[in-house]
Amino acid sequence: MATVGRALLIVAFAVALYGIGASLYGAFAGGRAWVDSGRRAVYALAGVLTLAFAIMEAAFLRSDFTFSIVATHSSTTTPTFYKATAAWSSQEGSLLLWVWLLSVWSSIALALTRRRVREVAPVATAVLMTFASFFLMLTIFFAQPFATLAQPPSEGTGLNPLLRHPAMMFHPPMLYSGYTLFSIPFAFAIGALVTRRLNAEWIVSTRRFALAAWLCLGVGIVLGARWSYTELGWGGFWAWDPVENASLLPWLTGTAFIHSIMIQERRGMLKVWNASLVLATGTLAILGTFLVRSGILDSIHAFGASTLGVPFLILIGAMVLGSVGLVVWRRADLRSEHELDSLFSREAVFLLQNVVLVALAFVVWWGTFFPLISEVFTGTKASVGPPWFDKYIVPLAFVVVALAGIGPLVPWRRLTWASVRRGFAIPLAAALATWLALLLVPSAWAQPKPAAFAGVAAFVLASVVQELWRGMRARQAVSREAAPVALAGIMRRNRRRYGGYVIHAGFATLLLGVAISTSFQHAKDVSLMPGQGTRLDGYDIRYVRATASATAEKISLGAVLDVSKGGRHVATLRTTRGFYPSQDVSQGIVGRFFGGESESQVGLRAGLGRDIWTVINPNLTPLAGIIDQGNRTFARAMTAIVRGGASQRALSELYALRDQAILAVARRFVANPWPADFRFIVSTLTTWIWIGAIVTFLGGLLALWPAPAAARRRVSAGYAARVARELARTTQ
Amino acid sequence: MELLIVFAVVLAVVAVVGAPLRGRARGLDPDAALRAELADLEAAKDAKYREIRDAELDQRTGKLSVEDHRALDAELRAEAIALLKRTDAVRARLGALAGETPSAAPPSAVG
Repeated sequence: MATVGRALLIVAFAVALYGIGASLYGAFAGGRAWVDSGRRAVYALAGVLTLAFAIMEAAFLRSDFTFSIVATHSSTTTPTFYKATAAWSSQEGSLLLWVWLLSVWSSIALALTRRRVREVAPVATAVLMTFASFFLMLTIFFAQPFATLAQPPSEGTGLNPLLRHPAMMFHPPMLYSGYTLFSIPFAFAIGALVTRRLNAEWIVSTRRFALAAWLCLGVGIVLGARWSYTELGWGGFWAWDPVENASLLPWLTGTAFIHSIMIQERRGMLKVWNASLVLATGTLAILGTFLVRSGILDSIHAFGASTLGVPFLILIGAMVLGSVGLVVWRRADLRSEHELDSLFSREAVFLLQNVVLVALAFVVWWGTFFPLISEVFTGTKASVGPPWFDKYIVPLAFVVVALAGIGPLVPWRRLTWASVRRGFAIPLAAALATWLALLLVPSAWAQPKPAAFAGVAAFVLASVVQELWRGMRARQAVSREAAPVALAGIMRRNRRRYGGYVIHAGFATLLLGVAISTSFQHAKDVSLMPGQGTRLDGYDIRYVRATASATAEKISLGAVLDVSKGGRHVATLRTTRGFYPSQDVSQGIVGRFFGGESESQVGLRAGLGRDIWTVINPNLTPLAGIIDQGNRTFARAMTAIVRGGASQRALSELYALRDQAILAVARRFVANPWPADFRFIVSTLTTWIWIGAIVTFLGGLLALWPAPAAARRRVSAGYAARVARELARTTQ
Repeated sequence: MELLIVFAVVLAVVAVVGAPLRGRARGLDPDAALRAELADLEAAKDAKYREIRDAELDQRTGKLSVEDHRALDAELRAEAIALLKRTDAVRARLGALAGETPSAAPPSAVG
C-alpha cells in the first residue's frame, strides 16, 4: 500500500495546484463555475489526504515494517494506543498530519462561507491551496512518509519513550489544528486585501475559525505543559524552550486579533492593525512549524537537523514580504471609518491590551531567536534563560491580567464616573481584601510578585462573577426565572460576551497558579536506601521499598514512598524509571535491554493546595558486573547454537532463558537494594494551572458554539423591526 | 489492485472537481460588485444590531446609566438607519439591473 500512498500524495499535489489555478482564473476571468471547481478541489484534497493518512495509520497499527517510518518509529511491543500516535512522532508523518488537517479545516471553512464573501473566497482558496502545495511538495521530495525499506527488519526501533504519554495523543494534533486554523483568517485577509473587500464581512465569516485556532493552539500548549510536568522528570511545566515559545507566539498575536476584530466589526476601525495582526499570526504559525522541523534552534521538542530549513525560509520570506506589500498597497482602503470616542472605553482597553500582547510576543520572539541574532552579530550563539524571560514577561502578564478584569467592566464607546463607581467598587474591594488577607499569612509578602498577582487575580474573578450576577439579575427582572435558569439563559443568549468573561476568569486562575507554584516551590535532590527518609516543606517522605518489573516493552525499576505530615499519612507515591531495549547489539544480549532510551513515571499527589511530586533515577552501575556476566554467558550459548545449526527450538529456549535472566537482574534492585536518586518537589496551587486551563477552554467553547440559526434570526429580526419603525418615523 | 485504487481515486477527484464545469457555462457575475457591497452592508447591519443589543445589556447590568444608554441607543439606531437606507439603495440598483422589483433581491446573510 506504500505505492498507493505515494501516488495519492502526487494526486493531492496535482489537485492543490489545480485548486490554485482554477480559483484565481475563476476570480479574475472565468466566472463562478471555475471558482466552484477550485473550492471543490479543496474538498477533493481533503478526501485524498484522508485516504493517504489512513494508509499510514494502518501501517502503524499493523506494524508493517516495510514502511521506513514504521520501522523507525514503532515496534510490535509498542501499545496499540501509542502505535496510532507514533505517526506524528516522525518528521514525515507530522508533515502529512499538518497538510491533512489543513485540507479538512479549509474544506469546512470554504463550505460554510460558500454563499458569502464571494469575491474574497477564491483568493483565500488559492492561498490555502498554496500552503497545501508547499507541504505536499515537502512530503513528496524532502520527507516521504511512504518510503519503503528493501529489507524490512523483524522488529522496529520503537516509539521514543518520552512520547509514550496520553497527552501526546492530542498535543500535536491540537497544535497543528491551531496552526492550520490560523491559516484560514490569514488566507481570507489576503483575499480581502487583494480584492479590496476590507469591511466587516470577511471578519464575520472567519472570526469563528480564528477563535477555534486560538482554542486548539491553547489546548495544545497546555497539554504540552502537562506532559512536561508529568513525563520529563524535571518537575516544571514551561522551560522557555524555543519550540514551546514558537507555539506561544501565534497564540499571543491571535489573542490580540480576536479582541481587536470586535472593534473593526462594530466601528470599522483598526483595519491596518487587524490586517497586520492576522497576517503576522499566520506567518508566526508557519514560523512555529519551521522551528520544530529545521533543527535551527536546540530544543527537546524539535525533530533535529533536517533539509527542510531552506524551503521553509523561502515560504516565510514570501509571506512576510507579501503581507507587508499588500498592507502598504492597500493602505488607502484600510483607513478607519471612525475615531476612538474616548480613551476611557472598552475600545481603548482592547487597544491597550493589544499593545501589551504584541509586546509580549516581541519579547518571546526576541528571546527565542536571540541565539541566532547573537550569532549574526558576535559569531557566537548565546541564549537567554528563564530569568531573562521572567524579567520582561512577568510585568507584561500582570498588565494583561489586570486588563482582563477591567475590560468586562467598561462599556463600549465611553465610560462615566458613575459607571466606574458601579463597576469597579466590588472588584477593587476583592483585590484589597486579598492583599490584606495575605498580610495575615506568614511569609506571603516575602515574595511580593505572587502576592501582588493574587490581588489582581481576585479583581478579575470578582469582576467576572459580578458581571454574571448582574446579567442573571437583569434577566430575572424580566423573566422571573430561577437563578440557575436565568444564568444559563443569559449565557446562552450572549455566548460571545459571557464565553469571553469565563475565559478571563480561567486565564487569571491559570496565571495565578503559575505565579504561586513557581514562587512557592520547594525542591530537593537526595539519594536514599529503602527505609530511609527525608523532610521537605513539613512533609516526611520515606522510601518504603524498591520495585522492579519486566515486560516485552520495557524494564521498570521504581520505588514506593510514604508521605506523612505531623505523623499523619498523606499519600503513597509510586515512581518508576522505564528502560527500553536498544537495537544496538554491541551492548550485549542482556545489556541492550538496559542500554536503550529511558523515561520516568512521576509519583504525584496532586491537591487543590499542594502538589507532592517525585521521580526516581535508579543508578544502574551496581548491575554492570552481572550484566557483563550475562552478556558473556549468553554470547557463548548463542555461538554454540549457531555452530549447532541454529535450530529454532534452541533459539526459543535461549530467548526464554534470557528473559528470565533479565527479570532476575532487574529483581536484584529489590532483593539487594542500593541507594537510588530521587527528586522531590512540593509546590503550591499547581493544580489551579490545570483547573484554570479547563475553565479557559470551556469559556472558549461557549464563545465558539454557534447560537441556533432560528434564535439568531429571531434576535436580529427583533432589532431590525425596532430600527425599521424608527426609519418609518423619520421618513414620514 | 494498487493501480485500480489509484485510478478510482483519480476518477472520483475528476468527477468532484469537474462537476461545476460540466453544467451550463457561468461567466463573470455582472452584479458581483453590487452583491459584495450588499453583503458588506448586511454584515455591518448585523454588527450594528449586536451593538444595540450589547448597549441594552450594558444598561441592564449597570454599566450604562439610563440617560447614557438613551443617548447611545439613539446614536446607534441612527447609524443603523443609515445602513438600512444604503442597503435599500443597493437592493434597488440590483433589482433594476436584474429587471426585477427590489424585493426580489437575494436574501440577506445573517452573521
